[in-house]
Parts: sequence; structure tokens; C-alpha cells
Amino acid sequence: MVGSLLTLVLLWHLLAVILQNKYLPTPVEVVDVLAREAGNGDLVKHIVATLMRVAAAFVISMLIGTAIGLALGLYRTADKFFDAWLILFLNLPALVTITLCYIWFGLSEAAAVTAVALNKIPNVAVNMREGARALSRDLAEMAVIYKFGWWRTLRHVTLPQLAPFFAASARSGLGLVWKIVLVVEAFGRSTGVGYRLNIAFQEFDVTTILAYALAFIIIVQIIEFTILQPLQAKVTAWRR
Amino acid sequence: MASVVDIAKGTAHAGRPIKVEVKRKVFPPVGDREAQLVLRDVAFEVAPRSFLVVTGPSGCGKSTLLNIIAGLDDDFEGQLDLGPAGDRLTYIFQSPRLLPWRTVEENIALALPEGDPRLARIPEMLARVGLAQAANAYPERLSLGMQRRAALARGFIVEPEILLMDEPFVSLDDPTAQSLRELLLELWHSQPTTVIFITHDRAEAIQLGTRILRLSPGQASVAQDAEVALSDAERRDRSAVLREQNRIFAAA
Ligand SMILES: Nc1ncnc2c1ncn2[C@@H]1O[C@H](COP(=O)(O)OP(=O)(O)O)[C@@H](O)[C@H]1O
Ligand SMILES: [Mg+2]
Repeated sequence: MVGSLLTLVLLWHLLAVILQNKYLPTPVEVVDVLAREAGNGDLVKHIVATLMRVAAAFVISMLIGTAIGLALGLYRTADKFFDAWLILFLNLPALVTITLCYIWFGLSEAAAVTAVALNKIPNVAVNMREGARALSRDLAEMAVIYKFGWWRTLRHVTLPQLAPFFAASARSGLGLVWKIVLVVEAFGRSTGVGYRLNIAFQEFDVTTILAYALAFIIIVQIIEFTILQPLQAKVTAWRR
Repeated sequence: MASVVDIAKGTAHAGRPIKVEVKRKVFPPVGDREAQLVLRDVAFEVAPRSFLVVTGPSGCGKSTLLNIIAGLDDDFEGQLDLGPAGDRLTYIFQSPRLLPWRTVEENIALALPEGDPRLARIPEMLARVGLAQAANAYPERLSLGMQRRAALARGFIVEPEILLMDEPFVSLDDPTAQSLRELLLELWHSQPTTVIFITHDRAEAIQLGTRILRLSPGQASVAQDAEVALSDAERRDRSAVLREQNRIFAAA
């Protein structure tokens, strides 16, 4: 993997050196800008702002999406009634929710986070609905016979069955939330990686765009490898 | 290691037969399948600490009957009187139904309330069923035979007054099934309890049961009710089992 990435960087470098175009900087120039932005504190400021929004939108959408998904998976009448709503929200373009949220709720932090969460909730709900539908009746009966009670049933029977669905929602969800947060920031916030990318775009400053993109990718990968993957490995450890 | 109180309670229950009376059990129509009358006038009593085997062809309603006795299905016409023993009822299912994300030991411990004195018996129980080495294994890493041993251990650790078993030894090779039957008899002798055991395997029925109840195919009712006349030693003897099998099922 390292080898293939190094090859990509090398090709990029060669191309940049051959073309000598100001819209295609070399990797070295990008790293220079990254160092500059890190030095003057802008990088940290924008990344922290973005991370906070990602975290807020992620937590909210996981909570609400899970609640909706479980309710739909467990209650058929609710599922029949709300299925059409879910399909509608699933197919609503992100740009529409974002612009509407800003128009209706103003260019505020709450509107930004709401817009991101609204985009993510339907995905989580669909995923968790599958999880609720797949709950084993056999194991539920076993829990009744052995008098588990609601708490033990939840902890040892229900949640472990939902965990893989939750982990899958979380991983795919984070990928989506990251991307939408950037759009939301570009549109109506004055901090964050998305905001900074938008400024750089207006100045046609490709080097800064690439520098922030690079920082962003690195942070996402760190979170993926240090938090998400170990978490998923843990909830599926019992598998053969 | 059962406490004195437990033993006293057990004896008190031991005096009372279980009464089962299913007048009609109908499954409602699903999709394009019509409503199905599965059980009709199935009534019997089970003497305390006896080993009743219910047999009958596949699909005749044996599992349905057991689910009714277990209280998992209360949509039927008839009556069920388990007496006080009903509070200590255990069901060993056709599949082991262990929690795949909990170890063998945790699965067994979960059958008991927290802090229960019977929890201390788990290591001994695991050793008896031959799973001492597998205590910390996840069920799906074990063979089906071992998973069934774990299910037996979980069933017996609660020291049930009533033990229901639904074909717990199907899909095992013959020697494995045979060793599990012997283990079951051993556990039952050391921990006497009222057993209702379901199987469609007639040899198994004779080898295990003190009494056989045969259900008729289709809208099942009781077709035959016979005592098994075999000593414990004879149950291990294949030819004795076969002779008794021929005698009892001659009518069928
Ligand atoms: N939940 C159910 N809904 C409808 N029909 C069922 C259901 N469970 C079992 N049956 C039907 O009832 C009959 C008896 O099933 P079962 O008790 O499982 O038979 P056995 O255990 O003797 O093989 C079968 O014809 C089966 O198709
Ligand atoms: Mg069955």
C-alpha cells in the first residue's frame, strides 16, 4: 500500500515538473503550504471546527436514525406508513437540504449541523431497520425461557445482534458526514476546512486546496484506523 | 450442591403431575396458505420425575405442542396445568440457541440470575458434559455436538422441575448422538426432573423414555400411550432396545 501511494506521489511530482503549470503544484509545494498553515494556526483552527461539526452531526444522526430504524423494523404499521417518507428523504439531494436549512433557520451553527444530520439520518434508519428485522426469534424465545428480563435481553441478546448494523452505519455514515460537512461549511460558515477550501477556490489557489485535502484525508484515515476499525473488530470478534 | 431449600422444594413439586390438554391448535392463514388445524384433543398427564417421550412423524405438531407447554405459544384452545413446577421450566431446543457472541461459560451463567449460588456449579457442570476445555470458547468455534453439550449444561444448571427437549440430538452422527443420550440419562439420574422429550427417532424414544406417547400424523391426537419396560442396564443394550421398540410400535 505504501509503495502504491509513493508511486502516485512520484507520478504527480513528475507531471507537475513537466507541465510547469501554476494550477498543478508539486507535492513539495503542497507540503510547504501545509507547514505554513500549521505554523500560523489556521490549519488546526479549521480542522477542529470541522471535527466538532462532524462529531455533532454524527452523534445526532446515529441516535435519531437508530431510533427511527428500530421503530420501523419492529412495528409493521409504522413501517408501512413511513416507508414512503424514508424513500423521499433518502433521495433528497444534499444540496437541497442544506440550502433549505440555511434559508429556514438562518446561517447558524444549528442549521449547519441539522442539515448534515438530515442527510445522514435516512441511511442510518434504513440500515438499523434491516438490523431490527433480522433479530432472531429463536434467541428471543430462549431469553424468555431462561428468564433474562428486559435488561439482560437488551444487553446480551438484542444489542449484540444490532452491533454489526450499527458499526456498518457508523463507518459508512462517517464517510458521508465528512463530505457533507465540507459543503455546509463552504456555503454558510466562516470556519472549517470547507470554508477554507471555498476561499482557496475563489483565489484559484490549488496548492492550498491540495494542502487542506491532504490534511483532511490523513485525519480521516487516523480516525478510521485508530477508532472505527478496532471497534468493528471488537464487535465481531466472536465470528468464526 | 443444591441447597437444602431447593431439595425440599423439589420434593414438594415431585408429588404433582403435569396436566396438558390441547383441544385445538390452529395456525391462522398466512399469505396464500390456509388456516391449519395442527393439534386436536391431545390430552395427557405426566407423572413427576418421569421421562415422557413424544414421537410422531415429521410435521405432525410435536414442536407446536412443546411450545404450548413451554408457554411460548398461548394461542390455543385447552388448558395447561404445570403446577408450581412451572416456575422452574427449561427448554432445550432443536438447535442449541446459544448466544454466538458469548462464551460457553457466559452462556450457561446467563441462564441463572446474578449472584445465584448455582453459578458456583458451572465448572463442575462443564466438566460433566466434557466441556471443561471449551469454557472460554465462542459457540460457533465448536462442533455441533459440543454446542449441544453446552445447551444440555445450560438446561441442567438451573436444576429444572420440568425439562422440555425438542429433538436435541438430530443432525449428529450416530456415535455422537449416542454419547449425548448417555450423558442425558446420566444427568437425569443425578438430577431427577420431569422430562418431556420429543423425537421422531423410535430407537431413541425407547432408549430414553419411561413412557412413550405417539401422535398420529395430520391433525395430531394421541395415537398410543405405552410404558417402556426396560431396566437402566438394558437401555444400553441395542438388542434389548430393538426388542422393546418392536413390541411397542407393533401397533403403529
Ligand atoms: N408458526 C407457524 N405458522 C403456521 N404454521 C406452522 C407454524 N409452525 C408450524 N406450523 C405448521 O404446523 C405443523 C406442525 O409443525 P411442527 O410442530 O413444527 O411439527 P413437528 O415438530 O412435529 O415436525 C406443520 O405442518 C407446520 O408447517
Ligand atoms: Mg419439530
